[in-house]
Amino acid sequence: MAATFTGRPVLAGNCKGEALVTHGGLNTLASYQKAVILHSKKAVCSDQNNPDLYQKDMAGKIICLPQTIGSTTGGLVLMTICSQGSQPKALLFADHIDSLAAAGVILSDIWLEKRIVVVDQLGADFLDAVQTGQTVAIAKDGTVTIG
Amino acid sequence: MPSTHMTLTSEEQSILDGKQGDVLAKAMKSIVVYGETFGATRLVDISGSQHLVTSFGANTIKPYFAMMDELIEAGLRTQEPFTVDPRPMEYAAVDVNPIQKLVNKLVFGKQADYEQQLQKLGLKNQNGFTCACYLDEVGNTPKKGTMLAWSESSAVVYANSVLGARTNRNSAGIDILCAILGKAPCFGFLTDEGRKAAWKIEVKTSRQPNAQLLGSAIGLKVMEAVPYITGLDRFLGSELTPVVESFLKDMGAATASNGAVGLYHVEGLTPEAKELGEQLLVNDYQSYVIDDAELARVYDSYPVLWKNQEAAPKRIFIGCPHLSRQQLQGWIDRITASLKERGLTRAKMQVVLSTAPDVADLFREDAALQTRLAGMNVSITTICPLMYMNNPLCAKEPIATNSNKLRTYSTARFYLDDDIVELMCSGQSNQGGK
Repeated sequence: MAATFTGRPVLAGNCKGEALVTHGGLNTLASYQKAVILHSKKAVCSDQNNPDLYQKDMAGKIICLPQTIGSTTGGLVLMTICSQGSQPKALLFADHIDSLAAAGVILSDIWLEKRIVVVDQLGADFLDAVQTGQTVAIAKDGTVTIG
Repeated sequence: MPSTHMTLTSEEQSILDGKQGDVLAKAMKSIVVYGETFGATRLVDISGSQHLVTSFGANTIKPYFAMMDELIEAGLRTQEPFTVDPRPMEYAAVDVNPIQKLVNKLVFGKQADYEQQLQKLGLKNQNGFTCACYLDEVGNTPKKGTMLAWSESSAVVYANSVLGARTNRNSAGIDILCAILGKAPCFGFLTDEGRKAAWKIEVKTSRQPNAQLLGSAIGLKVMEAVPYITGLDRFLGSELTPVVESFLKDMGAATASNGAVGLYHVEGLTPEAKELGEQLLVNDYQSYVIDDAELARVYDSYPVLWKNQEAAPKRIFIGCPHLSRQQLQGWIDRITASLKERGLTRAKMQVVLSTAPDVADLFREDAALQTRLAGMNVSITTICPLMYMNNPLCAKEPIATNSNKLRTYSTARFYLDDDIVELMCSGQSNQGGK
């Protein structure tokens, strides 16, 4: 049976894809550092401190996370992966989106015209329910359906 | 789009409507949407000079360079001159081998072009490259209550906590747009409510804790929340002397990198804590006691990322964030005395002391000191040690540091100050390092 959660659409859109779940904060710089340096179409996570994501390809996935952490270059990193086509399809935040991730997705949307669908405030239950590999559907109104 | 909407002044609205050009409209739209995401209902005027995090011309950050070009081509500049983080390399002070130099060119090949972009947009001067822009010698030192939109986590936390200025933890990109518009969305640390503390930290150590270790413990516990720290004034006193400011600089950088702290209050010491005391605490605050055992636990939790844990360190980096003038003089004196005590003339590996260009100039003017430091295998530089470690070949080297920020973002191994002095004198890597 499908589970449904409702959050706040930060950058609204309809999309469907494969979930990639991290229960710890996504360190944007540490995770995308290799993909950015190698200018790769893949985005293999290079953050050794994140056991949920390390060495997994994040490109085109729907990343389910509490929030992003790390350096204030985080927004710039998200812009860069958008420009090289290795961005996630969507970011689903259990908590309120943080200022660094918000900057990255907003600047990409406005300056590159490349949208990563973003829904935040889905709640801790959402991260408990969703599992890596499951299909997730997102609606413009911020409804997220798992399975 | 988020559901809240800002009330803009007529001028702000006209910029958003494109009356002053498409590029400025995009800049305004960016900061309005950014602010609305966090519930801001208005913009405030930035009343001080900006500080930017992006100081490196990495070949891969093309969309950022393209945005900067759009701003320049539209004839835009920041309202006030700005400072920016340290340059990535300085071969005269931190030598690398030819292959590492080649990789540096591949990674940071756009450095010269990017520095030209920065100049066109309002860079303060050629010495404006430091993460510690607030040092007296540099002069980007905002006063209490000044509204800002800084990036660089260590500068943000210092400006908010020690100076009492007001800035959110902004990302690269948003920082320059706010600087050009002279506006910042009013939310978070720009508001009184956003500066309240959700954690009370009780420091109960038997002696003054190491600033980098204490900051790490606090950051790892509270993450992005504001801590109100008690018990530290027992060791630091109640005045912001240069020694105390340097301690708070290093502690804050560790809170910001090991967690995501953008503001802390120290009871009886930092400006808002002196004024408001425990009124800064929210009603349902959480508590965290830090004693000697807790610091030892945190220290023991750090992984060692060197491939060969017994390797002889290639280099020691001290100064992330950049050393203050007082700290730089203190390290020179301490290294000199420690080598002399042991009958040594030279450190076993290069010791790199990183500081702001305006501070480095004061020491570099002294030719005799330069000769003496070179003889001791000690170098003064102005680079960002973290960017040195961003070179994949340099990252493979066994590098030692007393910086918890550098430890967090690289493979550098963390040593407490006493241990790092022992290391430079003995050459042995297993002297307490983590």
